[in-house]
Amino acid sequence: MSAILPPSDRLWWKQPIDKVEWAWIAIAFVWGMVMFVMMIYWHIYGKQNLSNEAYKTTPEMFAAKAEKFIAENTIRTETDQNIPVVKVPAGGDGYLIARLWAWYPILELEKGQTYKIHLSSMDYNHGFSLQPVNINIQVIPGYEHVVKMTPTKAGTYAIVCNEYCGIGHHSMLGRIYVK
Amino acid sequence: MATTYRTCPVSGLQFEDQAEKLMRWNAVAGVLWLLVGGITALLVILTRWPAIKLLPADQFYLILTAHGIDMLILWILFFEMAVLYFASSTLLRCRLATPKIAWLGFWLMVVGGIMTNVAIFQGESSVMFTSYVPMQAAPHFYLGIILVAVGALLGTAVFFGTLVVAKKDKTYQGSLPLVTFGALTAAIIATFTILAGAGILLPTFFWSVGLIKEIDAQLYRMVWWGLGHSSQQINVAAHVSVWYLTAAVIFGAKPLSEKVSRFAFLLYILFLQLASAHHLLSDPGMSAEWKVLNTSYFMYFAVMASMIHGFTVPGAIEAAQRRKGYTNGLFEWLRKAPWGNPVFSGMFISLVSFGFLGGISGVVLGTEQINMLMHNTFYVPGHFHTTVVTGTTLAFMSITYLLVPVLFRREMILPKLCQIQPYLFGISMSVLGLVMMGAGTLGVSRRHWDMAFSGAPFQYEWPGAAYLMMGLTGIFGVIAVIGGGLWILLVVGSLLFGKKLDGGKVSNQPTPIPPSTQAASAVAHGSDHVGVPGTVVLALLLFVCFVLYYFVNWKYLSEVWLLS
Ligand code: HEM
Ligand SMILES: [Cu+2]
Ligand SMILES: [Cu+2]
Repeated sequence: MSAILPPSDRLWWKQPIDKVEWAWIAIAFVWGMVMFVMMIYWHIYGKQNLSNEAYKTTPEMFAAKAEKFIAENTIRTETDQNIPVVKVPAGGDGYLIARLWAWYPILELEKGQTYKIHLSSMDYNHGFSLQPVNINIQVIPGYEHVVKMTPTKAGTYAIVCNEYCGIGHHSMLGRIYVK
Repeated sequence: MATTYRTCPVSGLQFEDQAEKLMRWNAVAGVLWLLVGGITALLVILTRWPAIKLLPADQFYLILTAHGIDMLILWILFFEMAVLYFASSTLLRCRLATPKIAWLGFWLMVVGGIMTNVAIFQGESSVMFTSYVPMQAAPHFYLGIILVAVGALLGTAVFFGTLVVAKKDKTYQGSLPLVTFGALTAAIIATFTILAGAGILLPTFFWSVGLIKEIDAQLYRMVWWGLGHSSQQINVAAHVSVWYLTAAVIFGAKPLSEKVSRFAFLLYILFLQLASAHHLLSDPGMSAEWKVLNTSYFMYFAVMASMIHGFTVPGAIEAAQRRKGYTNGLFEWLRKAPWGNPVFSGMFISLVSFGFLGGISGVVLGTEQINMLMHNTFYVPGHFHTTVVTGTTLAFMSITYLLVPVLFRREMILPKLCQIQPYLFGISMSVLGLVMMGAGTLGVSRRHWDMAFSGAPFQYEWPGAAYLMMGLTGIFGVIAVIGGGLWILLVVGSLLFGKKLDGGKVSNQPTPIPPSTQAASAVAHGSDHVGVPGTVVLALLLFVCFVLYYFVNWKYLSEVWLLS
């Protein structure tokens, strides 16, 4: 009789399904397909797709590349910790190190230019959370993620760390300038 | 094997002695973990409330780790063990297979749970319940979780064994009841899940004691979410079963179609294992094809299954009510439902909140590109407090109002408070989920001690709306804690002080479920079809909200920096 007893009709699988139920199943199915197609559509026509370019790396290898990039492109330093501000060559590669508890260095970009930003972590997982744009990307030690980005508006942006990385997690704030 | 069977005079349910004891102990243990989890919830919420900011950073992360473990793993798992024993031994009216092993499982879970909590409160294991490597906890943190998992695996094995016993002893005829079938899907998923868990937690434990040198951080996340996501599917299968159970007990509702409901449960098994991918959408190590395939093709079949249950559960209630004569208009069946009965009101709030808030937000969050807007923000805990809390936890709370008299033979104390508790908890928790999602939409991070970034080399000011949302989070969080605390008080109070009820007749033979007669099923077949127009309207409303919210988020996405 009910859901807590064996089906009263022993041949329950032969019972026809009501039209309304069929209709709802069809709606759910078609909607699933629409959502599936939407993601593919966005890969083809959309302008916000997370890059797939990633390499295995080590903290040492990544730090070496980043230091070279910083040495070649630094334009000034800021704050009393003398954090280098590095101008990423238009259309070129920029490196951003995530480590306990800082984003290093400060990057300077130009509006409308496309950059390849390389992200990796020196220690734990970190979370690249660009604010107030609100783009969020996981940063994982041992992986170098090459993300192509094109800033659309000038301004001063913050990089919040939004993956828990220990006691100083809340102070892990970085900066990106867009001219 | 000497055991006895008690037939409850109120409900007619039949409890085997060992199964009954196990259900009680598991349920009580679950409630105690919920109590610990609730205290941690209060501390978490009072720290994230920017105007209060109660705890210092180290204690906050410690308490948050405890909150995740004690709520998501311990409270839910213990209660689910009780559900499994109920769905097998009680509903099939048979003895429990190997009760000794079930007790072993129970004690392993108790020891494991305490061990992990000791590790957390010693302070060296504030790694969150996800414990992403290479951040390392003390070895007994992992060992405790492993013991809990083994204990739960034993419990599931006893469940499977009990199904075999029932078949062998012929205590029922025909197919399993739908609720038992749902529990069976939960148990099957649990088996997979725990194996994935072993696949990652054992190496991590060995790594923490120095036997393994390194674990790949991306690989860890992938396998860990095989555990972490699928275990949420256990919860969904379990609480959907509880919904059907409630509908059956309160309304005598039967499924609109056994075939459809069972098929929907089956989809959970077939397609959910792979949806762990949606936790990795913003990770570097996976290809876009892999992400799209795993989040759409596989996940959307599971979403379809939930949409089906979301239709058939209220549909079954509507049909039952209409048969009783509540046929006026679209919604008389719903208006005349027993809203003063917490078993029903809790279940219905759980259904609505899970569908409209948890379901929709989950699918949007799990869309490959849109995930970038929300990954690791406060949106994520907002989403899952409307699945695992208003969905699972509230469903479990409401069914407890039924279990206390039937299983513990105590009358609930303070019936007026029992009546409001589901509303208090369900509504405040739903609003909490919403404002958390609101804060996340504005970018606020999860697992983050200080919105003001004290000690950082730079400044960043969140928009005022974000502070507003976090303030509301604080207010509704405190109300939710009160609502949850009230439930614990009512349940524990009833167990201690509730009026003792008559246990009913005890026999040393099970009374099998009487076979349904051919005649009765013929009658049932012929004339009793009723339409469910009210449910259709509700379902379409859900669908419209779903579509709108889904496309609004694509719009948001189109406005951010270009990425490729
Ligand atoms: C009783 C009221 C509750 C309140 C006020 C509450 C509040 C919160 C808040 C504000 C967070 C996010 C903290 C952050 O990311 O900074 C959180 C995290 C969490 N909550 Fe709750 N919660 C409650 C009940 C529950 C229940 C019943 C469950 C599970 C069944 C649960 C499971 C979790 C989990 C798994 C997390 C994630 C922890 C992490 O990020 O590691 N909560 N809770
Ligand atoms: Cu960090
Ligand atoms: Cu961090």
